[in-house]
Amino acid sequence: MRDRPLVQLTLARMREFYREPEAIFWVFGFPLVLAFALGIAFRNRGPGELKIGVLRAPGDSVIAAALDRSPALAAAVLDSGEARTQFRTGRIALLVVPGDPLVYRYDSTRTESRLARLEADEALQRARGRPDVASVRDERVTEPGSRYIDFLIPGLLGMNLMGSGLWGVGFSVVQARTKKLLKRFMATPMRRSHYLLSFILSRLLFLFLEIAALVGFGWLMFGVAVRGSFGALALITVLGALSFAGLGMLVASRARTIEAVSGLMNLVMLPMWILSGTFFSYSRFPDAMQPFVKALPLTALNDALRAVMIDGTGLVRLGAPLAIVAGWGAVSVGVALKIFRWR
Amino acid sequence: MAAIRCSGLVKRYADVVAVAGLELTVAAGECFGLLGPNGAGKTTTIEILEGLTEPDAGDVELLGMRWGGGGAGGAADRALRERLGIQLQETQLADKLTVAETVRLFRSFYTSSHSVDEVLALVELEEKRGAWVGKLSGGQKQRLAVACALVSRPELLFLDEPTTGLDPQSRRQLWEVIRRFRAAGGTVLLTTHYMEEAERLCDRVAIMDHGKVIALGTPRELIASLGAEHVVEFALVDGAGRVPAPEELAALPGVQAVRPGPDRTALTVAAVHLAVPALLGLLERRGAELSMLATHHATLEDVFVSLTGRQLRDA
Ligand SMILES: Nc1ncnc2c1ncn2[C@@H]1O[C@H](COP(=O)(O)OP(=O)(O)OP(=O)(O)O)[C@@H](O)[C@H]1O
Ligand SMILES: [Mg+2]
Repeated sequence: MRDRPLVQLTLARMREFYREPEAIFWVFGFPLVLAFALGIAFRNRGPGELKIGVLRAPGDSVIAAALDRSPALAAAVLDSGEARTQFRTGRIALLVVPGDPLVYRYDSTRTESRLARLEADEALQRARGRPDVASVRDERVTEPGSRYIDFLIPGLLGMNLMGSGLWGVGFSVVQARTKKLLKRFMATPMRRSHYLLSFILSRLLFLFLEIAALVGFGWLMFGVAVRGSFGALALITVLGALSFAGLGMLVASRARTIEAVSGLMNLVMLPMWILSGTFFSYSRFPDAMQPFVKALPLTALNDALRAVMIDGTGLVRLGAPLAIVAGWGAVSVGVALKIFRWR
Repeated sequence: MAAIRCSGLVKRYADVVAVAGLELTVAAGECFGLLGPNGAGKTTTIEILEGLTEPDAGDVELLGMRWGGGGAGGAADRALRERLGIQLQETQLADKLTVAETVRLFRSFYTSSHSVDEVLALVELEEKRGAWVGKLSGGQKQRLAVACALVSRPELLFLDEPTTGLDPQSRRQLWEVIRRFRAAGGTVLLTTHYMEEAERLCDRVAIMDHGKVIALGTPRELIASLGAEHVVEFALVDGAGRVPAPEELAALPGVQAVRPGPDRTALTVAAVHLAVPALLGLLERRGAELSMLATHHATLEDVFVSLTGRQLRDA
């Protein structure tokens, strides 16, 4: 009985992948480790107690006591030398110099310091008898979906789709080329399309494991939910995986050595790691850069993933980012097929 | 009908002419050997024939067909590839696949093929069926490469240095595989550095040097072209007596040709029983002292040396 070449090629791809423990770690383990570490490090716990230094001078203890009375502040009396080092190293957010007038010394570009200034001023003014003129009531809420981990998980998903698409295709193709295996395949009646399709198929099969691992982890560990439909999420990830597999094909289309393809791969991925809003919002970049940043495939993919996971947006309203993702994929594959070095 | 016919093949790389106007005809059912030192152009030639390298000039016909019919990678080329078995000099098969998986992968590309078990039995790799390719010995890898070439039941088999780096026993095993393939009517084109291999295995050989065929014929014919069947080699102890001049040596009875070398002198000899006593007598008269004396049947190696003045192995 005859084996189907596409099936055998795809099986070979998958075997080569799952028999490589390092590859398994980078595709499945690493994103989970990253999600776990960042999720813990940046969990929303508020600014905590703000540390405030009071310079040793007449009247320092009264001031320190007044500051300590505020639940948001912790005050310590410091010599000028100590005060300078602690201020410089960021251990105190604000230094209060006793006297008349009182002096607040702080770095106004630091959010923490500005907060400390407000809180400290409030505490000291009240201690000296300033009355509250309007009555207020605090209502505290934490909105799931607004935490850092909610932002992070879709970003990691996008980054993972990019990484495994580029590495999974690029590395294997170039390795086959350097080992003259590609040439050996060309010496058989194998169809070139089967060879390239086998990468796409094996990517799609592993894709579902990748998504399940990361989304499942986010949900179990941090309660990160998917607000939109799973169908929409699946569709976007498939599109993302195909697009990046195409980009991987392009990157690998001519490189003859692993070093060359690694360099190219980093050249393609590094800007997107930084610019595409995986770890922090790309709105922090200057306005002039925004059109460029938004045109990157990972930016578009991350936007679409976040829209579905966090905001529950439907597919119909995601036409623009999905078109960008698909466009990159289509152009990459088109160019790759034209310039591909088959031996 | 000729299985392979090529003429006027030329392939230039930046600073070398790898193949310089090559002409070859290999008959169906023949085992043909391409012999030559490193860089002679054997691999370039065989890969042009296999349709893997584009020649700068020349014409190739395999089994009555030509490459590029119906466009590159087109249906006509694939139909021709169905009938070929190819082993490349440099291919490293995927390390993380097992022997059986690798053969099965190659098998899947062909419409008619041996079963995995059949072809593993052919190259005697049955007990390595489930082993990863990366864990095979060099000889086992070579046999697997040949298995992948044989799996399609080819009519025409190309082997590029199939036995390089193998121990004598593995080499003999592979010869056996090739003989069986021929016995079943297949045609083989192989390249090798090993004279013994060419003499034992090939019906005809072409000796290549600098991209050209410098001698062509059956191993017997080529050796006979030396005009004598034996080679006597000797070397002298430094500084003892006077070294005889080549003309003096050539004048000895039974000696056909003299090839002085840097560390030894070789005489092509028709009758060893006449030439050796005469040589010893001459040396004694000159007061020269032997440090080495050896005789052997003339080989293709001697043919190469007599044609180029260089040794084949380290030319
Ligand atoms: N891709 C290439 N680019 C540049 N030069 C090449 C290339 N391939 C072969 N050559 C050169 O062409 C010449 C013939 O090489 P070829 O590989 O055909 O020799 P060979 O007879 O197979 O040698 P060996 O016994 O070492 O395998 C060599 O001088 C080699 O350096
Ligand atoms: Mg070679």
